[in-house]
Amino acid sequence: MESTGVAEALQKQFPGSVREVRSHRGQLAVFVNREPIVDICRYLKEDHLMNHLNCLCGVDNLKRKGLHHSRFEVVYQLYSIENRVALRLNALIPDDDPSIDSVTDLWTGADWLERETWDLVGIRFNNHPGLERILMPSDWQGHPLRKEYPLRGDVEWQGLEELRELAKRLSKHDFHQ
Amino acid sequence: MGKMNSNLVEIEEGISFIPGASAIVAPLNKLINWGRAGSIWPATFGLACCAIEMMVAGASTNDLDRFGIIFRASPRQADCLILAGTISKKMAPVVRRVYDQMPEPRYVVAMGSCACSGGIFDTYAVVQGADEFLPVDVYIPGCPPRPEALLEGLLKLQEKILQEQGRWSQLA
Repeated sequence: MESTGVAEALQKQFPGSVREVRSHRGQLAVFVNREPIVDICRYLKEDHLMNHLNCLCGVDNLKRKGLHHSRFEVVYQLYSIENRVALRLNALIPDDDPSIDSVTDLWTGADWLERETWDLVGIRFNNHPGLERILMPSDWQGHPLRKEYPLRGDVEWQGLEELRELAKRLSKHDFHQ
Repeated sequence: MGKMNSNLVEIEEGISFIPGASAIVAPLNKLINWGRAGSIWPATFGLACCAIEMMVAGASTNDLDRFGIIFRASPRQADCLILAGTISKKMAPVVRRVYDQMPEPRYVVAMGSCACSGGIFDTYAVVQGADEFLPVDVYIPGCPPRPEALLEGLLKLQEKILQEQGRWSQLA
């Protein structure tokens, strides 16, 4: 079903915050400012029954060619199970303060998705119940999916150094020569 | 002594049978290695897609059981660790802990390119070869290796075990 009605309503409801409405292959994306993100999501959830948060992820536009609004984006894939309408929300995140308010109060399932976005892209989520790393080890340095992060990393993880030390220390207890 | 030797019946090179006494005379090395080579018990432990091929190798068509290779669900009952898959840095300490819980003698088989060298994943998150933190006995290339390749690797491990000299304590 067409979701342009939702985009127009969103523009009317938050006139200063909707920066762009983009349509690609029948998929609608609305670029919004990050500040009212919780209000926007609550409005979509309650007034337009966009009750299902399909996915939440971060984007780094550092090496992106073509037009983009900001260094980072947080992307919310929303879906209304009742109305069968899908909508993509792109919240714009600046380089100097990569953070946005958490939507865990609206969708409990956003918890781990926001942790993953923090872990890999380094975007902080304010008011999150426990913003810790989820995929990388808890003492990892850096955020690996940022475009400036080198493929092989810059410093070796402390845990692997310790493991090599342990292997060396324990090898003297082995039976073989 | 000379009289006894004349009664020995050699049943295999270095292994003799004393007919009247129902006894076998052989070097301890040979008997222990024979026993170990015929009962390699790997820990049931998979890391990635190679583990699927490992399961196939254990199932009916290839049937590892016929070599005395029986998967054990606890590292404490196992004497072989088949590293079947990509070893991420976060997983590496866990792999090491499984190995550390295995009693001697214990053997490590690196199955597939990832366990051998990191494979295609030359990245921040993946250990570039299991030998960075484990003593690997047999390397099996392939992505993933076919079950036959794993079988060949385990037969190579058997050959290696049969060559061992006095591996029953640190003092030997």
